[in-house]
Amino acid sequence: MAVVDARDVTFGYGDTPVVEDVSLTVEAGAFLGLVGPNGSGKTTLLALLVGLRRPDAGSVTLFGEPAHSVADGQRVGYVAQDATHAGGRMPVTVREAVRMGRYPHRPVGGFTADDRRAIESALDRVDIRDLADRRVDRLSGGQRQRVAIARTLAAEADLLALDEPTVGVDAESREAFYGLLAELNASGLTVVLVEHDIGVVTTHATEIACLNRELFFHGDPETFVETDALADAYGGNQHVLAHDHP
Amino acid sequence: MTGATAVARTPLLLGGLLDWVLDDVWGTVLDALAALTGVEMLSYPFMQRAYLAAVCIAVIGPLVGSFLVHREMAMIGDTLAHSAFAGVAVGLFVNATFALSVPPLLTALVVAVVAAVLVQLLVDRVGTYTDTSLAVVLTGAFAVGSVLITATDGGIAVGINAYLFGSLATVTRENVGILFAMTLLVTAVVALAYRPLLYATFDEVGARAAGLHVGRYNLLLVVLTAVVVVAAMQIMGVILVAAMLVIPVATAGGMRGFRRSVAAAVLTGLVATVSGATLSYVYDVAAGGSIVLVAIAVYAAVGAGRAARAPVATAVQTLRTARTVDGRTVEADGGAGPDGRD
Repeated sequence: MAVVDARDVTFGYGDTPVVEDVSLTVEAGAFLGLVGPNGSGKTTLLALLVGLRRPDAGSVTLFGEPAHSVADGQRVGYVAQDATHAGGRMPVTVREAVRMGRYPHRPVGGFTADDRRAIESALDRVDIRDLADRRVDRLSGGQRQRVAIARTLAAEADLLALDEPTVGVDAESREAFYGLLAELNASGLTVVLVEHDIGVVTTHATEIACLNRELFFHGDPETFVETDALADAYGGNQHVLAHDHP
Repeated sequence: MTGATAVARTPLLLGGLLDWVLDDVWGTVLDALAALTGVEMLSYPFMQRAYLAAVCIAVIGPLVGSFLVHREMAMIGDTLAHSAFAGVAVGLFVNATFALSVPPLLTALVVAVVAAVLVQLLVDRVGTYTDTSLAVVLTGAFAVGSVLITATDGGIAVGINAYLFGSLATVTRENVGILFAMTLLVTAVVALAYRPLLYATFDEVGARAAGLHVGRYNLLLVVLTAVVVVAAMQIMGVILVAAMLVIPVATAGGMRGFRRSVAAAVLTGLVATVSGATLSYVYDVAAGGSIVLVAIAVYAAVGAGRAARAPVATAVQTLRTARTVDGRTVEADGGAGPDGRD
């Protein structure tokens, strides 16, 4: 079953069109990398796909329902661009942040054994158990990313949507982070990743969607590298880009 | 009929509850404490009311403030307090002009809630930055208040003074009753909405993607703030009421864990309000001002303590790191700054 199905989606801020006539299907178990130049509408498309924004025209269904009205939104884990800054200086511990993943399931009342199991398992899967009692604002960018992922795992989300999650994270942690994503994807989680680094996406994702307001390509990474989609989407700068981002 | 009877009985029930709490529980405890310690003022009924009010403010201020401060909305309390002031002016003006007897606290609550909704609308719909929205509503409300006061040739200016600066001595049984009822209400609502409020404060977009109706909870939070401000206004005064939403929370900012920080903020608030009220009585000075000064003193002392501890903690950590064979540092953080990167 398709996790996300976008049909002829158009969206703009005021009179400025940002996403135009995009049709895109994300099947269960896919690892979709969403690439495109700066200002190409990647972040907006991701927000449309998970129901954070409503399209001006066209439709988006998420798990078979209109995306903006999905009742059990806890099936979607969204890690925003500035997730490493989530909470600012709030005195929230790692465990508290991960517990938040269960909040939509259980807005009031005590946690059940299932809730606790999901939280503990999430801490283990991203390997942050030893940080559980630390404050989130005292962690490094890479560690904070793991906390954000653990929260979506605790929620038992079926779809993980990430918007340039490794901005401001050092190279080593970034590699480890993408390894973790691939691992989670292999265990059945559907992943949609917005990323500016094409090299990273073509290495880890199983599908690529290349966007510059319109969708220029959607297919597997091998074909993407061979076609002119990149050049078309990025205009005349493709050589510079290919050089900078091998 | 039954519904009407129930509604009619509600104030009676609340009145009975207040009598029980104020006289049988609170009064008895403080009387016993007075007998035990020899501190006579603990047995004065007006001081017993004042202390109950102090406890109520210490609970609800930091409880709601914990969510505001971490959303960088610390100044909303000030804005709503000034709106409540306009509301008091509206009440007094209406009463003076039309010979009515509308309780000014009621008009204060209505105007403060409207202002709270207005701030949220400005932020959500118009896209005005939060601090700009707050400034617009704050000055606008104060302007309305000042115009209304002068519109009656200064006739209501005397009445307004008590609201501007607050007072302990004038805390009536009715006022304590209102404050106590508001405290029960605010505590119950925060307890019920604690999880969504926390999630939306920590990561608003993540909470929305997870299916929480963040807009509703944002609105709930500003309305709760309006209730707290109006409830505490008579004792703290319009200008100082916002302090109890912010200073205890800032003091508790170094705790590890949000729940703990809320508890610590309430505790700090209790220290500030109870000692402030005592100082206010002993030295016959303004209650609001005394409470705020104690709160700031505690904030400064905690800050200084943390700053003094930091070099020690860093030194200990350096020692431990040197001893750690595999280079992993996973020991507790005690406010020593960024540490332990992976």
